[in-house]
Amino acid sequence: MSENVSAMPKAAAAPAPASNSIFNHARYVVAENPVTGLAFGLFILIALCALIGPYVVPHDPLASDTTATLHAPSLKHWFGTDQLGRDIFSRVIVATRLDFIIAITSVLLVFAMGGLAGIASGYFGGWTDRIVGRISDTIMAFPLFVLAMGIVAALGNTVTNIVIATAIINFPLYVRVARAEANVRREAGFVMAARLSGNGEFRILLGHILPNIMPIMMVQISLTMGYAILNAAGLSFIGLGVRPPTPEWGIMVAEGAANIISGEWWIALFPGAALMLAVFTFNLLGDGLRDLVDPQRRT
Amino acid sequence: MLGMLGKRMVLVIPNLIGVVIVTFLLTRALPGDPAAYFAGPAADKQAVEQIRVKLGLDKPLIVQFGRYVVDLAHGDLGNSLSTGQPVVKEIRNRLPASAELTLFGLILSIVIAVPLGILGAVRQGTWIDHTCRVVATAGVSLPVFFTGLLLAYVFYYLLGWSPSPLGRLDAFTSAPTQITGFYLIDSLATGKFEVFRSALSQLLLPGITLAIFSLAPITRMTRASMLAVLASDFVRTARASGLDTRTVIITYAFRNAMLPVITTLGMVFSFLLGANVLVEKVFAWPGIGSYAVEALITSDFAPVQGFVLTMAILYVALNLLIDILYGVIDPRVRLEG
Repeated sequence: MSENVSAMPKAAAAPAPASNSIFNHARYVVAENPVTGLAFGLFILIALCALIGPYVVPHDPLASDTTATLHAPSLKHWFGTDQLGRDIFSRVIVATRLDFIIAITSVLLVFAMGGLAGIASGYFGGWTDRIVGRISDTIMAFPLFVLAMGIVAALGNTVTNIVIATAIINFPLYVRVARAEANVRREAGFVMAARLSGNGEFRILLGHILPNIMPIMMVQISLTMGYAILNAAGLSFIGLGVRPPTPEWGIMVAEGAANIISGEWWIALFPGAALMLAVFTFNLLGDGLRDLVDPQRRT
Repeated sequence: MLGMLGKRMVLVIPNLIGVVIVTFLLTRALPGDPAAYFAGPAADKQAVEQIRVKLGLDKPLIVQFGRYVVDLAHGDLGNSLSTGQPVVKEIRNRLPASAELTLFGLILSIVIAVPLGILGAVRQGTWIDHTCRVVATAGVSLPVFFTGLLLAYVFYYLLGWSPSPLGRLDAFTSAPTQITGFYLIDSLATGKFEVFRSALSQLLLPGITLAIFSLAPITRMTRASMLAVLASDFVRTARASGLDTRTVIITYAFRNAMLPVITTLGMVFSFLLGANVLVEKVFAWPGIGSYAVEALITSDFAPVQGFVLTMAILYVALNLLIDILYGVIDPRVRLEG
């Protein structure tokens, strides 16, 4: 930690080379592992779909057309049409936004709950640590997807509750990372200095420790995004949360499930592939970010 | 050994208490009035009041909790609203189907993942290693319900190798006499090979789906732990003493590398039990997962609660089993206990 402190004034004096070296390092990591570059490209594509997708799709995702039901992929309907004649390509693109929003809000929510609880438990120790630890242990005592099912079933069948359930089952992961990181920093030089200059405990926690563990938390966020999307899609696949006719990947796969054994593969395949691609992107991106932030934990 | 066991058992108790509290709170968090909910939509005010008293919902929360625990101790999880049947009975009937599927998937996964992980570590940096890594990353990215559907499409619709992916047996076979509830074992024990063949062919696709899903963590862990062990001093000594590669890898490295892999099994089970629900839904498997899903759709909460509780207790028990196994394999853990 001491070199961290001594490095700080230098970085403050010359911010330009510091950011430049981060840029160089990022370029090096991408060059070293082209897969990370690919993942970043895919991420931009997904973000674009979420942002402008609904405005550029060729068909209305909710408009059914009884004259064109169960059409195989063609030039008019790139991904074919479903039982109600809705255009699957448009539905897959439009669904990106909802899946993306569910994943991002749940991850931000768990970052706020688990991240803060973890930092507090690592920094204060004692009773805070014991209570937070007990809560995470109790969550971990359940198979996580099963707990999410139970929570959504109890709180009510809405998208908000899917977000909450996904956040709760990720809570222990965030606590563990934040706790370990805060624990090694509680006696660090910069924390001592902040304490000596009269900062209150909460100010140290939020103003000094939190910014220092942000890089590692960002990796965690990226790694759990994929899991959050999978979890939300799994819940809507079994009929929780998102309701038809809303386009969402999990529910679209469920809608196509019955048709797959009679040969209409496109209804379930394209939303499923989109889901897979999104999860794959976030997992790769998380691995890449980890290489960037914490090269020692590389596997 | 016994001391360690006792100590570990004591550690399980707070977990079980937590599980019971959470499942209790989940029922009380039901939207709206639980009494009105249990009375059904057609009930009038008086009926709702009666149900409230009958369920003890007019009493303080702590009394309600006590009553819930007493019911649990008697093995009472309440009745299903839609069928009127006791939840415990239904879960007990369906549990073997789920257990058979999960264990089959897990064993299949271990049989593939462990050799793959060892190969990846021994031939580090070669195409085998890269395959291993791609399999591991792709496996965690695949939504399990999607893999299941793809397999059903390819092996049932396109190739016609697999029977219709619905249920545990085809329509012309009747279930074997119940001994363990596992069709594969029961049919063999009673010597009905036709039933065994049918059960196996139905089990194969959902089993493979689960195996693909759990392949990733086991492969990854085996590879990482083999790499660490292969770089250690005792392996170098074994090599330097002129032992052949086979002995070094299998007797020396593999046995030590297995310890961390067994620890990850706990996490793998958490994933598997969750994925099981989705796979059961895809393949219309008559297990406890599909029971819970059916109940969810009709907003029938007692089966869902019973299901969550059963799964959690199973999971706690499995983790305990893994710890005991760890103690049996690694004498150092025994000494500490």
